[in-house]
Amino acid sequence: MAEMKFAKSHEWVRPEAGGLATVGISKYAVEALTDLVFMQLPPVGKKVKAGESLGEIESVKAVSDIYAPISGEIVEVNAALPGQLDTLGADPYGAGWIVRIKPDDPAEMAGLMDQAAYDATVKS
Amino acid sequence: MSTTPLRTPLAPWHESHGGRMVDFAGWWMPVQYSSIVEEHLATRQAIGMFDVSHMGRLAIEGPSAHGWLESLLTRRVADIAVGQARYTLVTSDEGPSGVTILDDALVTRETDAPDGTPRFAMVVNASNRDRVVAWLRSRLPAAGLSFADRTADTAMIAVQGPLAVATVCVLCGDDDAGRISGLGNYRATRAFVAGQPAAVSRTGYTGEDGVEVVVQAAVAEDVWQAIHDAGAPRGLKPCGLGARDTLRLEAGMPLYGHELVASSDPFAIGLGLAVNLENAAGGPRQFPGRDALARMKAAEPSRVRVGLAFESKRAAREGSPVMAAGREVGSVSSGSLAPSLGHAVAMALLDRDVATVGTTTDVLVRDVPQAARVVPLPFYRRPSPRG
Repeated sequence: MAEMKFAKSHEWVRPEAGGLATVGISKYAVEALTDLVFMQLPPVGKKVKAGESLGEIESVKAVSDIYAPISGEIVEVNAALPGQLDTLGADPYGAGWIVRIKPDDPAEMAGLMDQAAYDATVKS
Repeated sequence: MSTTPLRTPLAPWHESHGGRMVDFAGWWMPVQYSSIVEEHLATRQAIGMFDVSHMGRLAIEGPSAHGWLESLLTRRVADIAVGQARYTLVTSDEGPSGVTILDDALVTRETDAPDGTPRFAMVVNASNRDRVVAWLRSRLPAAGLSFADRTADTAMIAVQGPLAVATVCVLCGDDDAGRISGLGNYRATRAFVAGQPAAVSRTGYTGEDGVEVVVQAAVAEDVWQAIHDAGAPRGLKPCGLGARDTLRLEAGMPLYGHELVASSDPFAIGLGLAVNLENAAGGPRQFPGRDALARMKAAEPSRVRVGLAFESKRAAREGSPVMAAGREVGSVSSGSLAPSLGHAVAMALLDRDVATVGTTTDVLVRDVPQAARVVPLPFYRRPSPRG
């Protein structure tokens, strides 16, 4: 499996076969949010730039944006996820994936953090 | 504010037990330990315990205490009995309407001093403490009264839920336990809790039965731990300010800064009971803003406080516009998922003509309309309220 990369805003992205990339949010982010009540997914076909909001996740206390870690086109969304938000906590890097993106520039991922660098940012 | 937040005597306990600490009204407080929903449901089903030491605690003593408070508060104090607590507003006569609401507060007549001197306690909001204290101090008489801010010397622990009173009573001697379990709502007594002298009142901010316990700061952690250990086998959870907010919202209780603000008409937001324009004999009382409040009472308010029930779990937040009949009819003052109900609720101020139960509205949540219906407050009522 290709290496997972992380954005400072707590999303992860993993290159998949066929040139696509899967995006989700980190275990740390899910645990920090707690009490998830709602998730808004983007429409398939939407084009996003890295750093733009691609959806929202809401907990009892607050609404947070989910930011695109890379630029590209949304080609698939995990439509089952908003109905079973527990999956995000149980399997944030697997069944809790959020969208698949067709990257504009696969090299863009090189600018993101690896797992060790990300873990260091959230342990401060 | 860039100042270092104040710490309650229980802050070290919160930090060492997973409390997620935030600066709330200048205090370093836990917003949650595990999960707001779990803490909320523990309070509804068993017991929640809350550090509410950030609330301001004021002590007023002296032969003229009755008369002084009677001249300053919207609730009658002259006829308050020992051991009785009353919800009141603190007002000044400033502002365009002739009244400014400085805070809402609980005033309790405590047991008289051994020499017969009357003693009162007032609990005010953390966010308003400085200005309420400054206001009250500015009105102090030259003699006959002592006024002290006891917030830093004491701690206040709210123990709430169907098993709360029984749990606190386990930590008291038989006489004290009997007196606490026999307290009516809005009644207070002194007792030894976990061996420590305490002021215990049958009050709270959750819609559940329960007590609030004030002890000296130095013993706060011992008392907190004792209540925690006695309650844990019965399902007690320590709760943060997040659950405190969802519990009070379900119970339809206003929060200063949201439903209640400096310029509020208390009659429009369902707080008419906190204003006594007349004394017990039916004559007019005198307190700051009294005439302006009398005018508000006589007039029909343009907007009134209502409850809104949503179909979805998606919560409206403070300031969300409410649309009905093709126009903006008001805005949300507080909103959240209601964990006991499984859907979102909100309190809102709405134009009077649409503020009737059953009206359907669209609330704009991040610009997306969410259907909500006007429903009676409170959203949640505990199954078998005590008399």
